[in-house]
Amino acid sequence: MSETFLSIQGVRKAFGQTTVVTDFNLDVDRGEFISFLGPSGCGKTTMLRMVAGFEEPSAGRIMIGGKDVTNLKPNQRNIGMVFQAYALFPNLTVAQNVAFGLKVAGMPKAEADARVAEMLAIIKLPDFGERYPYQLSGGQQQRVALARALAPKPKLLLLDEPLSALDAKVRVSLREEIRSIQKKLGITTIFVTHDQEEALSMSDRIVVMYDGRAEQVGSPFEIYNRPSTKFVANFVGTLNVLDGVVSNPATATVRVNDREITLKKGALNGAKAGDTLSLALRPEAIVLGKQAGRDSTLGGKISDVSFLGSVIRVRVGVGKNAVSLDTFNSPTSPPPVVGEETEISFSAGDVLVLH
Amino acid sequence: MKVSRFWAWATFIVGAAYFFIPLIATLEFSLRMRRGEYSFDAYRVVLGDIRFQETFGYSVIIACFTIVLGVVLVVPTAYWIRLRMPHLRPVVEFITLLPLIIPAIVIVFGYIRMYGSNSPIPFLGSTRGTDVLLIIGYATLALPYMYRAVDTGLRTIDVRTLTEAAQVHGAGWTTIIARIILPNVLIAVLSGAFLTFAIVIGEFTMASLLNRPAFGPYLQNIGANRAYEPAALAVIAFAITWGCMSVIQVLSRFAPKSANNPN
Repeated sequence: MSETFLSIQGVRKAFGQTTVVTDFNLDVDRGEFISFLGPSGCGKTTMLRMVAGFEEPSAGRIMIGGKDVTNLKPNQRNIGMVFQAYALFPNLTVAQNVAFGLKVAGMPKAEADARVAEMLAIIKLPDFGERYPYQLSGGQQQRVALARALAPKPKLLLLDEPLSALDAKVRVSLREEIRSIQKKLGITTIFVTHDQEEALSMSDRIVVMYDGRAEQVGSPFEIYNRPSTKFVANFVGTLNVLDGVVSNPATATVRVNDREITLKKGALNGAKAGDTLSLALRPEAIVLGKQAGRDSTLGGKISDVSFLGSVIRVRVGVGKNAVSLDTFNSPTSPPPVVGEETEISFSAGDVLVLH
Repeated sequence: MKVSRFWAWATFIVGAAYFFIPLIATLEFSLRMRRGEYSFDAYRVVLGDIRFQETFGYSVIIACFTIVLGVVLVVPTAYWIRLRMPHLRPVVEFITLLPLIIPAIVIVFGYIRMYGSNSPIPFLGSTRGTDVLLIIGYATLALPYMYRAVDTGLRTIDVRTLTEAAQVHGAGWTTIIARIILPNVLIAVLSGAFLTFAIVIGEFTMASLLNRPAFGPYLQNIGANRAYEPAALAVIAFAITWGCMSVIQVLSRFAPKSANNPN
C-alpha cells in the first residue's frame, strides 16, 4: 500500500508583487520519482527550493514524513540535493566531497570512509576518491554530486536540472544511472527539468507546471496521451492542431475543412452545433494515405519533406493548418514529393479535444 | 621599427628609468658607507641595531593581528554582501574606499578624541589598549585592499550554490565559512594579508601619533639623523614589499581551480 511521504499543501510563493507559485498541492508516495516539468519561469525550481528550505512559502505548508518542515532551515531537513552547476566543493577531493555531509553529521571516520567507498562504487568511480573536481568531466562531477547527496542517507532527494549542463550522450546515460540508483535505494525523489524526454523516461509521475500552477499531475503515459489542458498537450510532445466546427454534438461529429470526423463518444460534452474547437493529434497517430483501422481521413498537400535518416518527417497542409507526421525510411520506396496531393488518416480515438 | 612601437618602447624606458634610477642610486649609496669601497656596513649597522629588531618585531606582530582582524571582519562581510545583500555592494565598496580618501592623520586624531583615557572606551588609557587601537586603525587603513582582494576571490566561485550545497548537507554558517568559503578564497585572502603586511610595516602617522614603537617611526628617526643607514633601510623596506608581492604571485598559482562552472 502506498504511503504519502512528502505532502505539499496549498503552497504559494510571491516575491513582492509577483506570484511565482500559486496554490500548489501534491502528495508524493515513499520511494516515488516525481518530475516537475515546465518551461522556464513556470515556478518549478522555486517550488523545489521551498521543499529544500531555501525559500519560505508565502502560504501553505510542506510535510516530510508526517512532520511539518515549512519553517525548518535547509540544514535541519535531512534532504539530499543535486544542483545544475554540480556545486562540488573545489577545495575538497572527491572522497572529501562525498564525506562532507557525513562529517558534518559527526559520523566516526571509519564508518564515513566505508560509506564513501560504498557510494563511489555505486556511482562507478571507485578509484576517483583522491581526485579534485576540476580533474573530472561534467558527467563524473554530477555523479560525485549525486553520491555526496546520497551519502548521508537523506529522507528525500532533490534534483535541480542535474543533466542540463551535460552533452546529449552523457545526459542519456546519466539519467538511466540516476533512475537505477534511485530505484535501488528506494529514495523519494523530486526531479526538476524542462526536458520532456527526461521527465517522460524517468518519472513515476510528472507534475506539468505552467505560470506557477500544477497544470496536470499524472503518469508519463497519462500526461502524454491524455493531456488535460491545451498547455500540457502543446508542451509535452509534438502536437498537430486542427481547427474544427461542431456539426452534431450528439454523434460527436466535427467538420474539419470539407470532411466530417466522428470523435469518440462524449468527446464533445457541453459543445453546441456550430462551436469552433481545436483538435489535436500526435504525429505518431497519423499516417500518409489510407490505412485499415484508421477510420478518419483528411485531404491535403505535402508542403515539406525532411530526411532524418531512419525517419522522414513530412508536413502536410490541411486547409489553414499544417500537420506534421513521421514515416519510416524504406530504401525500396521513394520519399514523398513536395506539392503532391495526399490523404492523411488517423483513428478518431486518437483525436484530443483541447479546452 | 614602426613609429608606434618606437613610442611604446620610449615610454617604457622613460617609465622604467623614473622608477629604477632612484632605486639604484639609493642602493648604490647604501653600499658606500666605507670610504673608497662598496660594503654592506650600513646593512650590518641597521640589522645589528637593537631598535631595528624591536621596532620591526613589534610591527610584524601588529601586522599579524591586523591581518587576523581584517580577515575576521572582511571575509564574512564580503560573503554576506555577495550572498544576501548584493544591492548593498556599492555602499560597502564606498565605505571601504574611505580610508583612501580620509588621511590617516584625520583618522588618528578622531581616535585620540574618541578613545582617550577619559572616554567611555578608554583604549588610550593603557599600552595594550593603544596597541589594540593601532591594530583597529591599521585594519581600517588596509580595508580597501583586503575587501577588494576578498571580493575578487569570491567572484571566482559560485558563492550561492556552494553555500546551498553545504547547507543542504547539514552545515551551519560557521562550517560553511570555515570549511568551504575561506579555503576557496584563501589565495585572495593571502593577497590581502600581504598587502596589509606591507602597509603596516611602513606606516608612520598612526604609530607616531599614538606613540607606539613601530618600524615606521624608527625609519623616520633614522632618516633624520643618519646618512647611509636610511638608504639601507629604504632598500630593506622595498625588499620586504617586493617579497610580499612575489609571495602573492606564487600563491596565486595554487588557487583551487573552480569546478563550479559547467562550461
